Formats: sequence, C-alpha cells, structure tokens
Amino acid sequence: MTATALKHTVSTDTWQPLCTKADLVAFSGVAAWLNTSEGPAQVAIFYLPRQRSQGQEKELYALDHFDPFSNANVIARGIIGDVKGSSVVASPLYKQHFRLEDGQCLEDENIKLRTWKVAFRGEEVWVEG
Amino acid sequence: MSTQKLATPEQLIIIGNGMVGHHLVEQLVDNAALERYQVTVFGEERHRAYDRVHLSEYFSGRDADSLALCEADYYATSGVELRTSEAVIEIDRNSQEVVTEQGRYPYDRLVLATGSFPFVPPIPGNDRDGCLVYRTLDDLDAIQAAAENATTGVVVGGGLLGLEAANALRGLNLDTAVVEFASRLMPMQVDNEGGELLREKIAALGVQVLTERATQRIEPGETSRLRMVFQDDKVLETDLIVFSAGIRPQDTLARECGLDIGERGGVVVDNQCLTSDPAILAIGEVALWNQSIFGLVAPGYQMAKAAFSTLTEGDTQFGGADMSTKLKLLGVDVGSIGDAHGNQNPGARMFRYLDPIKQEYRKLVVSSDGKKLLGAMLVGNNSVYDTLLQYYSNGIELPDEPASLILPQSSGAAPTLGPGALPETAMICSCHNVTKGNICTAIDGDATDLANVKGATKASTGCGGCTALLKSVVDHELEARGVEVDKSICEHFAHTRQELYDIVRVEGIKTFSELIEKHGNQDTHCLGCDICKPAVASILASCFNEPITDAAHIPLQDTNDTFMANMQKNGTYSVVPRVAGGEITPDKLIVLGEVAKKYSLYSKVTGGQRIDLFGARLEDLPDIWGELIAAGFETGHAYGKSLRTVKSCVGSTWCRYGVQDSVGMAIQLENRYKGLRSPHKIKFGVSGCTRECAEAQSKDIGIIATENGWNLYVCGNGGMRPRHAELFATDLDDEQLYRTIDRFLMFYVRTADRLQRTSVWRENLDGGLEYLKEVILEDSLGINSELERQMQHVVDSYQCEWANAISDPDKLKRFRSFVNDDRPDPSIIMTSERGQLRPA
Repeated sequence: MTATALKHTVSTDTWQPLCTKADLVAFSGVAAWLNTSEGPAQVAIFYLPRQRSQGQEKELYALDHFDPFSNANVIARGIIGDVKGSSVVASPLYKQHFRLEDGQCLEDENIKLRTWKVAFRGEEVWVEG
Repeated sequence: MSTQKLATPEQLIIIGNGMVGHHLVEQLVDNAALERYQVTVFGEERHRAYDRVHLSEYFSGRDADSLALCEADYYATSGVELRTSEAVIEIDRNSQEVVTEQGRYPYDRLVLATGSFPFVPPIPGNDRDGCLVYRTLDDLDAIQAAAENATTGVVVGGGLLGLEAANALRGLNLDTAVVEFASRLMPMQVDNEGGELLREKIAALGVQVLTERATQRIEPGETSRLRMVFQDDKVLETDLIVFSAGIRPQDTLARECGLDIGERGGVVVDNQCLTSDPAILAIGEVALWNQSIFGLVAPGYQMAKAAFSTLTEGDTQFGGADMSTKLKLLGVDVGSIGDAHGNQNPGARMFRYLDPIKQEYRKLVVSSDGKKLLGAMLVGNNSVYDTLLQYYSNGIELPDEPASLILPQSSGAAPTLGPGALPETAMICSCHNVTKGNICTAIDGDATDLANVKGATKASTGCGGCTALLKSVVDHELEARGVEVDKSICEHFAHTRQELYDIVRVEGIKTFSELIEKHGNQDTHCLGCDICKPAVASILASCFNEPITDAAHIPLQDTNDTFMANMQKNGTYSVVPRVAGGEITPDKLIVLGEVAKKYSLYSKVTGGQRIDLFGARLEDLPDIWGELIAAGFETGHAYGKSLRTVKSCVGSTWCRYGVQDSVGMAIQLENRYKGLRSPHKIKFGVSGCTRECAEAQSKDIGIIATENGWNLYVCGNGGMRPRHAELFATDLDDEQLYRTIDRFLMFYVRTADRLQRTSVWRENLDGGLEYLKEVILEDSLGINSELERQMQHVVDSYQCEWANAISDPDKLKRFRSFVNDDRPDPSIIMTSERGQLRPA
C-alpha cells in the first residue's frame, strides 16, 4: 500500500495539502491526519463529483472522523446521501446522519461535528487546519 | 346496591386468577372502576394469570413468564391485590367473608372465576405413579419430570384437550398414543369422515390412535411402568398416562355455601352472571348459563364483560356464545362453525368435499332454501374458515353455488368474501369482541395504521386467529378513506423494494446512478441514502452478481460490505472465513490459529459452526486475507445480507442414528448458494435424522434426512422472534432438493421487502404456505424455469470477493486507515481478558 507522507513541517500558513485527488473515492469518504493548532486531528474527506442533474454546490467536504455516539473514528466509512434536502453522511455504527455542510447531527440538535474548509488546488486536496 | 361514590370503597373479591378472572380485572382497571372497588384476587396457583390456550408451547421453549398475561408488576401498579398460592377454603355468606388458611376477608361483592378441573375417569389404578393430568403449569412440570425416565406416553381422551396433551408428550420426545372411548377423534367437532381423516393425519405424525377403547384398570406394567387393560382384555404398556377426558366446573366452594348448582355441576347464573345470591357472580368455565358450560376462552371473556357491567350497573348482558372454533392440533387444521353436524336444524342440507390426496375435508350445512350457512366443518385446511364464519355469524346470503365456497381455488371457486362486503356488525376478533364497526370507529379516530388499530381496539391480541382478516379490513377501510398507504422505500424512490427489483430486472439497469436518474425522485439531490443504496446494491448483486467492490457499487455499500468484514463497536473489524458445513481440516484450523496469533485477534466459535476473528484493524485486512486465501480459505459473507452458513450434524458417516450424509449435503448447499445477495441474511441447517441435532427447523431453510431422501422445511427463524420452519416438501432426492431451493430462494429475493427475513416474508405472504407451495412446487405462476435460470447465473458467476479485491491495487487503496500516513489509529486501545484481547 502507498500513502503520501505526512508533512511534518509546521507551517504558518494554516492551509495544508493532505492528499491527492487519486486518494479520494467518488461519492464516499477517506480519512486523513491534519495538523491543527490543538494538535493532530483525524479528518473525514468526502468527494461528491459534480454531476449534470445534481443541486449540491460543493464537491469536497471535511468533517471530524470521530463519531461522538460510538466514540470511534469511523465517520469516513459512512454512506453518503441526501436527506430532506441536505447532503449527509450516515454513521456506520448507529446510523445517525450528519450534515456535510456544517456537521450538524439531524437526530440530535446538541451534536455537531467539527468541519474544515477544503478545496482542490490542482490535483491536490488542501484543508485549512 | 348504592350507586353513589363512596368514601370507603366496596370490597370486591375475585376467586380465581385464570384467563377469565384476569380479563375481569383488566375491565375494572381499564374502566376506572377501582375508585369504587377495592379489588382482591385469590389464585390457588403459584403463577399469576397465564395463557392456557397455548400451554403446550411450554415444552417448545416458552416459560411461565412468556406465557403470563401481564407484566409481573401489573397488579401492584394497578392497585389490585393479587394473592397467589392462597386457596379459598370456604365462603361464609352470612358474614360475607371468604376464608383461607391465612385469614378471613370481607366482601361486598364476590366473583367466582374458579374455572374447571380435569375429569379423571373412575378407573381402578388411576392414582398410580405416572398417572397425571394436563391443566396447569404445575401439571406440566409434573409431566416433564415423569417423562425424564420415560420413553412412551398415553393420553386418555381424543378431544381438543387430549390432542393438545398428545402434542405436549411428542414435544417431550415420547412415543405417544391417544386412547379415545368414542369411535373417532374430536367427536364433538367432526363427523366420521372428518374423524377418519384426522386419524390418518395424526397417525402419520407417529402418534398411535386407538378409538372405541374403554380402559378397565391400570396396573403395574411388565416392560414399562404401567399397563392399561381395555374392555376386550387387550393391553397397552406405557410409562405415563395423561388424563384429558374433558373438564368439570370447579364448583366445590359454591356447593358448600349453598348456591344453586346444575344437575351435572356448574354454578347457575343469569344473563348478568349473577348466581342465586345477588352478592355473588360467577364467570368462565365454572358458570352454568342456560344449562351450558362454555369451555372456550372467548365466551369466558364475554361473561367477564357482562360481570363488569353488572358490577358497575351497566346494561351489557351475556346472551350465550358462538362455539365456532379454529384450531391447529398437532399441526393439523380443524375448524368447526355453528351446527357443524347439521343435527340441530331439521331440513338442513349438506355439501361435502373430500380430497384423499391432500387429506382435506370440508363440509357445509346450509338452510333448506340454500340461502344461509348454518354450520361448517373443516379438517386439514382452515383457509376458508374466516370467510365461512362471516357468512355464518352475519347471516350473509350464500352465493348461488354454495359448494364453490369449499371447492379448491383452481376449480374456479368463489373468491373469498372481501372486507367491503362485511356489515358493520361483523365480528372480526371474537376474543375481544371487536366488530368491523369498532375498527372503523378507531380509524375515524386517530388510528391510521394496523398497529394503532390493534392498540385502540385490542383486536388480534388474543388468540391471533383473526390477524389476516383484521389486516384486510384495516387496509380496505384506509383505502376507502383515501389514506394512501405509503410503501415507498425512502424519499428517493416512490417504489417498494419489490418494484425496484422488477424495474432493474426488466430494464437491465446495472448501476444505482442509472436507476435514480430514470426512476428516482428528481426533487432530491439524487445522492440516495443509507436506506435505498444498500437495498439497490443488494438487488443489483442478486440480478447481475458483479463484484460489490467495483467502483460503481462501492459507494452503495454499508461499511461491512465495503470492507468485507464486520465493523465492531470500536471501529475494528471481525473476519469470518467460510467453513462450509462446519467441516474443517486440522491444517486449516492451524492456519486460523496462526493468523489470529500474528494479528492479535480475539477468537470465538460462532453459532453457525465457524470461527470469528475479532479486532482486525482496517489496514491489516488485506494482509490477513492474503494469508487466509493462500491457505485455501474464501470469504464467508458474514458481513453481507446473503447466505451465511449451512449448519450440519455429523450425519450417517459417523453417527449411529444418521440416515443420510448431512455434512456432505450441507457442503454441497453452502457451495451452491454462497455469495447469493438477498433481502436479508439466510441461514440453512441440515440434520442427518429426525433427532434434528443441527436445529434445522430454526433456519430459513431446514433440511432433515429421511430413509428415502430429504424433507425440506422453510421460513424458520431463531433470534428475537423464534419461528419453527414449516414442512414444505418430503422425501426429495438431491436434484429435486436443489431445484426446489433454487426456486424458493429466488422467489424470496424477488418478492421480499428490504431487510425482511423469510419468516416475516412468509407471514405477510397473501395465501400463506399453500400459495407458496403452488408457486414453487406446482409452478402456478409459470416462472419456475426463469427462477432456476437466474439462480444458475448467480451460481456460475460466483467469485470470492476477497480474492477479487486483493488482486486489484486500486481496490486495496480503500483499506488504508489514513490516506496520508501509514501509522495505525492510536485511539484503538485493547486490554487483556481471559488470555485474549478485547476493546478497552
């Protein structure tokens, strides 16, 4: 297996390259490490390639990989979908839905996953840590 | 009686905590009568009220708690005092007190619900060890204890209760015989022809049936514990005898305190259930109304309602009850409606239908003008019972050809009476006295689905015999009110799983994106969701069997299918290689041990006779499978809604009782159907003889060896709602067995709902088992060759998903825990317990 080496250099620019487009899986998620001001974090990155008939605006989303209901790092392995007009990921363990846009849990208004800004720069995927 | 609300409540005592006594308590509780009465209930038995109708299930796995009619704290939380194990020994009518060993209790009103006791014929020797009765849970414990050192058992009495008892003895694995004094079984319910058919069917189950036998005496046996000597000096040896020759009202207390008693027993009551002492009421099997004792639960409940009404100055009276019954005794349907013998209505005419092959007998008794149904008798098939009962109890005019009601469907019989044709007064649930009118009222209230109607009316919560009828009435009424019963799978498709399956198959659609583009709800983002995506993935796999890890299919899968392992609560996975039939070589066993050791996996033997390795990290899965595949293992699909295992006993190869090679058959079947994606998981079992050590009757597909081949059982289930599989076909050879299962499974894959096991599918299938047999065994839909062809495609296109994945570098990329770092997830922490690792 191959993996892009994690950039260990501490950067003042908070935008960091995490992986390449080839590491992503269309209409699904992958997990990656991200350096943040509070230390390393596990991030789930979801890739929804834009299609003719679809209404969603963004192609990339970055949410916390940590599932607060199971206390396990599994969010990237959930199923992507849209529920009542929002693009969501369903936790693979207990099936709660989290909005990709802002991490809000649809079943429990008190639960919200962290989110990060994420974008393509050429073939690279950059996240604001 | 005063009707004012009293500061000090009146004392109401109920003697007897059986089904009817309990029903009266429920009436009192539900209708707020406890403000007026302080209620004390005396029960002679240890147990609180339980379901006597299903008593024989005590030997097939149900315990006292699951048979109980209420939760353990029901009486306490309702404010009713229940005194179990406290028998009333005297009623003192002068001082208005009941007397027990523990004390004297005053009453203002008293209800006798003491029920009945089993009649034991006055045969010399009827009190020997091993002579028992069948009435209470304690009786059943005594029978079970006596059966421990027994191989044979006899039931004296071939009526309804006798056959129930015989079923119980069979459940204890005793060679069972039924001895009946009359010339046929169930003489009250069936005639000679019906009785003869019943005898044949019951004898075919291995129960010996002896009629016209009067037992003269019971003496010690020579080869068994007991010997019965009959009127012709013939003898029968047996280890235990259960008397079940009818019931007698338990009226001793009433006799002793001078209440009016009928000539042949029973406390005389009027329409208000009042005895000769207006302070005392009697209900249930102890009560004699109009010279009749009612030995069924439904009339008992009606008496309880009348008694409640009397106690609260209502005007509901007991006006007799219809004794029509529908039973399944030893697996044989028996139905009896109204004047089944046709001897109470001079001039009545009869229609009879007898099918000696299917062993079914049906008889109609109609009025002399042929317009009204007066009675009916059914043996072997109760499917027309509900319809006939509606004609009978509502006086609906019969069709021009009344015989069409009992002729088989294929000969152009009249359709069943639709729910729309029933009058408002039609009785739907006789246990709880619910009419079609009550159901309509509930629907016009808030009840907008079946579950709510059940909750509001209690319909179908008694014996459950009216379940199908209730559903059709509710569906019909909802439809009539324009309530659209939404069967859409989710917001993305306005279709059921079954409809999506047909669309995919007919249009040859091979991807989710094509399906949602052509048939999805375009108001959504068309991404799908965690409901429809796995369901469609399963349909696509059933139809085309492309690898589920292909790029087009991977976003559809649940995580378990994506990574072909079962996610556990800490985000690690468990790995289960296929061990077909549970047969494994020592070398392979060693490999499993070595792999488990190398990757620190917790090991446990599963219920499906294979080995589950827990705690595998995502990034280790490909290496683990590389080693397993090199040793000759393949994926076990423990993660999929698909064939899991075929459990087997060791069979004729080793076992002295085995009659066929059950392991060999299990391996054949597991290899044939492995990889079949279905609406839910599927489990098989194969037993090598009738001892059934593989527990095949608790599986979706159960196979039991016979001298001549294989018996096939279908739609069983273990788990939360256990269900015995039903016998589907007998004495099949290997080829016939494969063909039948091919068709059965494909028909299930085609028509079941998402995540619907075969047991629930079967219970919801219109037409039930008979319909399923017609489709699969008689090809009534003409689809069998297509079903077989589809299954053959799945069998031919099988490939091990793990072997496919590890040979493809692109697919392997998916198994990285992090795309930018090879280190494992540090938050997965294990601790040690009993020499293995487990999540901390």
